[in-house]
Amino acid sequence: MPTTLIIGVGNPYRGDDGVGLVIARRLKEGLGNGVTVLEQSGEGTALLEAWRGIQSVFIIDAVKSGAYSGTIHRFDARDEPLPGQFFGQSTHAFGVGEAIEVARALGELPPRILVYGIEGKNFRPSTELSPEVFKAVDEVVTRIQAEVFDDK
Amino acid sequence: MKSRTIKVDYLARVEGEGALYVRIKGDRVVDVKLKIFEPPRFFEAFLRGRHYDEVSDITARICGICPIAYQMSAVHAIEDAFEVKVDGQLRALRRLIYCGEWIGSHALHIFLLHAPDFLGYDDVVGMAKDHPEIVQRGLQLKKAGNEIMALIGGREIHPINVRVGGFYKTPSKREFEPLRESLARARDEAIEIVRWTATLPFPDFEQDYEFVALRHQDEYPFNEGRIVSNKGLDITSFEYDDHFTEVHVKHSNALHCILKERGAYAVGPLARFNLNFDKLSPLARHEAHKAGLNEVCRNPFQSIIVRSVEVLYAFDEALRLIDEYEVPDRPAVAITPRAATGYACTEAPRGLLYHRYQIDDQGRILDARIVPPTSQNQKTIENDLWGLVPQHLNLSNTDLTSRCEQSIRNYDPCISCATHFLKLDIERE
Repeated sequence: MPTTLIIGVGNPYRGDDGVGLVIARRLKEGLGNGVTVLEQSGEGTALLEAWRGIQSVFIIDAVKSGAYSGTIHRFDARDEPLPGQFFGQSTHAFGVGEAIEVARALGELPPRILVYGIEGKNFRPSTELSPEVFKAVDEVVTRIQAEVFDDK
Repeated sequence: MKSRTIKVDYLARVEGEGALYVRIKGDRVVDVKLKIFEPPRFFEAFLRGRHYDEVSDITARICGICPIAYQMSAVHAIEDAFEVKVDGQLRALRRLIYCGEWIGSHALHIFLLHAPDFLGYDDVVGMAKDHPEIVQRGLQLKKAGNEIMALIGGREIHPINVRVGGFYKTPSKREFEPLRESLARARDEAIEIVRWTATLPFPDFEQDYEFVALRHQDEYPFNEGRIVSNKGLDITSFEYDDHFTEVHVKHSNALHCILKERGAYAVGPLARFNLNFDKLSPLARHEAHKAGLNEVCRNPFQSIIVRSVEVLYAFDEALRLIDEYEVPDRPAVAITPRAATGYACTEAPRGLLYHRYQIDDQGRILDARIVPPTSQNQKTIENDLWGLVPQHLNLSNTDLTSRCEQSIRNYDPCISCATHFLKLDIERE
């Protein structure tokens, strides 16, 4: 069982919604033993299953809060629920925010669970990231690498 | 005269974006509109010009909850055009992967989306605090369904192993061993779930529905059968367009599908159950009776019991199929494209799903038509509200709104599929 799990969430065909997946792919290289990287759609029950028994979880997803596109948000989900308006982009009725709250209610929230949200602009059908969102990719990769390294 | 409006601007716990508007004048309902404002998705247009072998992977993207249904209707319609018959163990594997999807989709709806309505919670998070065991059970059942999808489909969401003629790769018998164990355990759990849903409080509500579902001479329907109804319809998928038509209504981005002769009809678990009760496994029939269901159930709120009976059936059927499994000689039968039009309906978790493809002699799609279950149920969802609201005018706006949302969720609407999200407005005058 890996001690650290990184989950990129998104839809690669919905423009900036795919940023979590792009970052996850970048992180697959060079994190070493004990770190697993997954790409998921954001369906909540799959998330609950994925992080069961894991010590440290990083979730990367696109968000829409009204901030400038490419803004990087970081939430410690152990401290408080994710702000609802940020993660309302899923057409799934049971997404990232709900999965975290159900896990909290069931006492199954991983000991450490951090959520990186990247402010998106275009969620229309497309396989390209907006330039502002693309610029945030490197910084999120660097920050997560540093946090994973500190964990170790 | 006192009037009121009930508005839900964004309906929660449904797949996709939509809203409901109800206007009440005194003790009369004067308007009901289920508004689907999720933008149209133009999948039918995307498919034109694509090769037939791409269709099952493209249409799987229509829905993250029921991709198998889209794949199954697509491959069967294309095989109909090419006059190809897929049978034996390949047919059985298609039935098995569909069992996985029904289990996953129904478990999500029963436990995480619909149960909070019956137990008086705003959402599953509140319910999980007081009833953790129920939520855990739902997650376990869904996981068992996902395991079937992952083994046969290659992965649980947007599976990649389905193709025209069969599969890219078929599993060995040994690969089914661990799955069989987990399904056998889950089947016992599913029996408890049927018994539990039967204890929920149900409003006394019935309407004179026309139920439409597939019916097959030997089995509870997944991929094959005639389209039948309790009001005399009995046709093949080839005749679908002669009997059903889609109409555009101003307030919805999803087309309303109606029967040309009689208007609104209902598809989904209730329709399947009512038209195919005799084809359920003995265990599923026994538990349905014990749960208080007769052979015909007209109360849409009891669809939560029927869904759990279908979950139990799907486990039972999956175990039967695994026990009888032999590795097929080849993963897919040979295909020769020809210029033709193919038609197929299969039973998605939410009901009948119709696909039609016109294909040229090179195997390119010239025209596609997809009618998802939620399009077909929209008018019935509105009709239920026309009937339900007058019975509950004594409720406060908050409680009446909750009752309306629960009623919409009886149909587990998948708005993402039908548009090709929900808000609620109740206006009292």
